[in-house]
Amino acid sequence: MSTAGEQDAGLSLQEEHESKTHRTKRRDGDRQKKKRRNERRKGGTRAGEGEEDLQAVSEKRERSKRKRAKSKQETSRRENNEEEEAQLTGVREVEENVDKGKKKQGSTKKGEKKEDGGKQLVKGKAREVKKKNSEPETSEEDDDEEEDNDKDVVRLECLSPEELEKLKEAVDERKKLIQSLRGKPWAMKKKLVTLRESQEFVEKYEGALGKGKGRKLYAYKVLMTKKWMKFQRDFENFKTACIPWEMKIKEIESHFGSSVASYFLFLRWMYGINMILFGLTFGLVMVPEALMGRPYGSMPRKTVPRAEEASAMDFAVLWDFGGYAQYSVLFYGYYNNQRTVGWLKFRMPLSYFLVGVGTVAYSYMVVIRTMARNANESGVGDDNSFNFSWKMFTSWDYLIGNAETADNKFASITTSFKEAILEEQESHKDDNIHLTRFLRVLANFLVLCCLAGSGYLIYFVVRRSQKFALDGLENHTWWERNEVNMVMSLLGMFCPMLFDVISTLENYHPRVALQWQLGRIFALFLGNLYTFIIALMDEINLKRKEEKIVKFNITTWEASLYNGTVSENSTASPVTIHPADVPRGPCWETMVGQEFVRLIISDTMTTYITLLIGDFLRAVLVRFLNYCWCWDLEAGFPSYSEFDVSGNVLGLIFNQGMIWMGSFYAPCLPALNVIRLHVSMYLQCWAVMCCNVPQERVFKASGSNNFYMAMLLVILFLSTLPAIYTIVSIPPSFDCGPFSGKNRMFDVIHETLESDFPPWFSKVFSYASNPGLVLPFILLMVLAIYYLQSTSKSYREANVELKKKLQMARMTAQEQQRNNNASVQDQESGSLNSNINKEY
Amino acid sequence: MGNKQTIFTDEQLDAYQVSLFSFSRLHGRYHELAPHLVPMDYTNEPDCKLPLALIVNMPELKENPFRNRIVESFSEDGMGNLSFNEFVDMFSVLSEMAPRELKAIYAFKIYDFNVDNYLCKEDLEKTLNKLTKEELTPEEVELVCEKTIEEADLDGDHKLSFADFENMISRAPDFLR
Repeated sequence: MSTAGEQDAGLSLQEEHESKTHRTKRRDGDRQKKKRRNERRKGGTRAGEGEEDLQAVSEKRERSKRKRAKSKQETSRRENNEEEEAQLTGVREVEENVDKGKKKQGSTKKGEKKEDGGKQLVKGKAREVKKKNSEPETSEEDDDEEEDNDKDVVRLECLSPEELEKLKEAVDERKKLIQSLRGKPWAMKKKLVTLRESQEFVEKYEGALGKGKGRKLYAYKVLMTKKWMKFQRDFENFKTACIPWEMKIKEIESHFGSSVASYFLFLRWMYGINMILFGLTFGLVMVPEALMGRPYGSMPRKTVPRAEEASAMDFAVLWDFGGYAQYSVLFYGYYNNQRTVGWLKFRMPLSYFLVGVGTVAYSYMVVIRTMARNANESGVGDDNSFNFSWKMFTSWDYLIGNAETADNKFASITTSFKEAILEEQESHKDDNIHLTRFLRVLANFLVLCCLAGSGYLIYFVVRRSQKFALDGLENHTWWERNEVNMVMSLLGMFCPMLFDVISTLENYHPRVALQWQLGRIFALFLGNLYTFIIALMDEINLKRKEEKIVKFNITTWEASLYNGTVSENSTASPVTIHPADVPRGPCWETMVGQEFVRLIISDTMTTYITLLIGDFLRAVLVRFLNYCWCWDLEAGFPSYSEFDVSGNVLGLIFNQGMIWMGSFYAPCLPALNVIRLHVSMYLQCWAVMCCNVPQERVFKASGSNNFYMAMLLVILFLSTLPAIYTIVSIPPSFDCGPFSGKNRMFDVIHETLESDFPPWFSKVFSYASNPGLVLPFILLMVLAIYYLQSTSKSYREANVELKKKLQMARMTAQEQQRNNNASVQDQESGSLNSNINKEY
Repeated sequence: MGNKQTIFTDEQLDAYQVSLFSFSRLHGRYHELAPHLVPMDYTNEPDCKLPLALIVNMPELKENPFRNRIVESFSEDGMGNLSFNEFVDMFSVLSEMAPRELKAIYAFKIYDFNVDNYLCKEDLEKTLNKLTKEELTPEEVELVCEKTIEEADLDGDHKLSFADFENMISRAPDFLR
């Protein structure tokens, strides 16, 4: 039993011993910690300090009855006794008290009644004693022991409001700790222990905090927040589990690297957009017309004409989207121009128009938002200052799980290092720059020639086919009839290969080469788009001329009807004619819709067949013919195909462009596209895993994402232009569609404003659409854009300046350090010399 | 959660959920590695550790050149024997949802072969050789390590401390993978 006077010396030994026993106990596991639940509390430093304050306060009160000096001795003596017992028996509860006692000793020992100071000193001691390093461990070592439960509760009641505040703060900090626990680099056990104890602490004190003032309400609130958080967590988990095709894509990623997987991620994203578009068109356009509009056969526009009735159900006709498919909700022509439909008074024409506009607006929003998000993530521009470091630490793709891909990855990393080394060594030589530049210019020139050639060819062929159409299609051979399609398909097959060959001249990094390839094929496909639109516009004009003739005919026909059946000159009773017999105008909008649908279908079929033949059949041939062939098929000529990322991405983007263009005239397009994408996903996932091999140069996909988005944006813009043009300038057909009878399609807006809104609304609108108001508004917007652009430019420049400053600061810091080190070394060597001299 | 036969108390599940990002199926995988060693019932928190050799054969880690270092840096005894807690910890940090700072901390530990809290030249050389399967000549290795230290070392001690590493990695666009 040591007296108070000897405690100084003994203290450090005791502490050391205690911390040692602590350490061994911790290694025993969590089980023991569970049992100490009510005694022990551990936590982050700040929370700990808050608690320490409180504990100190409560300790103070406990001791307030005794004289300090005496209490020191008494408590310390008691605790020493307990310590010895603990050392003998290893009883945990007592050790708790011992720890508390150590703390108390610490705080009383150090003399100052400032608890903070005492605690920090205790902490410092603990740190010295401990051999292990990381900071969280030390914070845990300094335990803030709490009294027993009962004592605490009793304590709380006599705590002043400020202390309650402190308690609240401590509780809040614990809560924050729990939230941030995921991000801490502690070992698992530590996290679990901290978590449990923080949770218990929070539980214990939260309930007590509410004492006195509306305690029940407070406890209830706390309970509800906890339940809400649990619900949120479950919902997050559920959402993660709901992401479709996650495992498939992960598997592909591990086999083929992230560039191939980026295509599938893009596909999945497109699928999401199309689902929304489908929801809009289906729910707001197709369903109301189907449920609440006039049924099939009740009106001329909804019925198959008598002449076509015989063949309306043939599969060939249906496949071509004629017959019954044409006269259904799938196409524009079916819709009635009644202003309101059904008992809900659903404004069908208005809804049709707004859905058309809404799909485009939504698409713009989503694409731009995704681009902005990607731009933020891709960092503050590419820094070249850490070239080698990044290569060393970030080039391994941790997602690779397949041996073959791993081999490829090793090879590509090695190559990339060699390249970087070469560049580093050759960066002093500029000889090859000129050659490379010349080659690249040459390559671009060749490509431009190619594109120009194909553009002219397409133009020529389209002109010829128009001439043929005027002559009448029956006079020409099959080739001449299908010239346009054949030429475009052939171009689409051979030009990309040509571009590929030319790009070897350029010698770019594969990612850059991919982007160039994409850009060129994009330009090529624009040619396709151009021909398609020209052909369409020609047909529209033809139909409109036809319409005029039909209109004229109808008036004469109606007159003949009345003349023939009615002789009275009073109001003629309407003659009942079966809707199928009424002569119809050619509905150019439905024709446009049909063209788009046929294009999508044929495109899909072509893609799937190319996939099956080009990839699957080839793989089968290579695999099985290899046994009986002269040269090694797998290593040599055909070998297995690689996944063509650029071709597939472009196909997807152009497909989406078609959808955007055509969905106004054929509301069924988004639905078709959803089905097509769904099938594509499964088919291509299977094909990739089954028939393709990983690429030779496995490169990362980062940065390509925004490139795809940019192309998508361009296509979106290009594809909405024709649709907008037709809406604005061509009058709708007189007898089909929701806008029949109007002068222009957007007149429906005027109509709605006049009839459905209160009169003052239309007055306001007419004022607002006054050119005197619109022009200044546009001017204002242009000024705002200019202002925003100049501020963003200035921010960017400021950014560059700051970066430069950082560089300078870093370099000067390095210099200083080197100087310091040098001077320290000098000093050391100097002192060493002097020592040596002294010795001598 | 996970294998239908694993038994954890609700409390334990709750606790794991808060500290971890992805828990489902992990215990199943852990069990699969050594069915005779790993118990199904965790309510009493049994204490079992799987040796390094078993864990580095998992398909996710098999092709990784740093698999030994990864497992070692998560094991408490530094020898690569992982208890279930540590196993879960490892996959949680490696998962996509772990924040960048956390990944940076563990990446530093992984690349620090001699566990001295600095990435010295030998560490870098070992990293490079593992990455390239020793295809580079010694001069090339030397050059690359020199350049790396030159680029990232801020305090001039010719080795990379964690601050240097973090500074460098936070600017890297490709790091999260």
